[in-house]
Amino acid sequence: MIELAHFQILSAALFCLGLYGVLARKSALLILMSIELMLNAVNINLIGYSALAESSAPHRALGQVLVIFVVTIAAAELALAVAIILRLYRNLKSVDVDKISSMKW
Amino acid sequence: MLAPSIILFYAAATLTLGGGLGVVMARNIVYAALALLISLMGVSGIFLLAFAEFLALVQILIYGGAVIIVILFALMLTRIEDFSQLSDHPQWPIGAGVAGLLFFVMVASIVATQVRTESERTSVEFKELGNILFTEWAIPFEVASLVLLVALIGAVILVRVNGERN
Repeated sequence: MIELAHFQILSAALFCLGLYGVLARKSALLILMSIELMLNAVNINLIGYSALAESSAPHRALGQVLVIFVVTIAAAELALAVAIILRLYRNLKSVDVDKISSMKW
Repeated sequence: MLAPSIILFYAAATLTLGGGLGVVMARNIVYAALALLISLMGVSGIFLLAFAEFLALVQILIYGGAVIIVILFALMLTRIEDFSQLSDHPQWPIGAGVAGLLFFVMVASIVATQVRTESERTSVEFKELGNILFTEWAIPFEVASLVLLVALIGAVILVRVNGERN
């Protein structure tokens, strides 16, 4: 019997893994991958609520609709982020986020 | 005796979390990308267990087909000397502490919160999903498509070398 808490705890664990990746990694591409993990954690949570939370019929699809939007925005974000990383690599010959400090005071 | 659905759930959750652990732990960045693929396929399995078949397919197509390929391309195009050996940021213990603390707070609040749930998982039909997406959510849907278009054009302009025509 799958309960809502299963989805929620899995989602929390995946989100925290992604957060750790964002904070602990140095390569911009690895940070990007960790952000994808966090977005997927949000999706798991939404889908869990969509499948299990008590709701009337017109609202039941809401979780899935929101997941579609999250996936769309994630794709847009990924395309832009990869473009920025390629640009950084061309200018600085590095994707280490610590070396990108020219706009830091 | 455990129900088959819960065994499948634990299998998919293991895949998801194991892949996620691979992403944040792997020393080789290509292995990290492949671990991300495993994790995302695990998420697709979770979607199937929540009866969201459409989103499971979307997950495999978009993440397995597009996102991983784009990331692997980016890896190849930014090939650097420390490609095979990555080191973590020196502040990683702080990151682990923050993530662990957040996980603890989240689990505590999940356990403490009562949500009224259905006794069984309910599915949403394709028809219902399409209907709500193109009636109630039609304008956000169109705006999302515009965002995607602008982001992709912006990406092309960003990576283009200045003044280069071809």
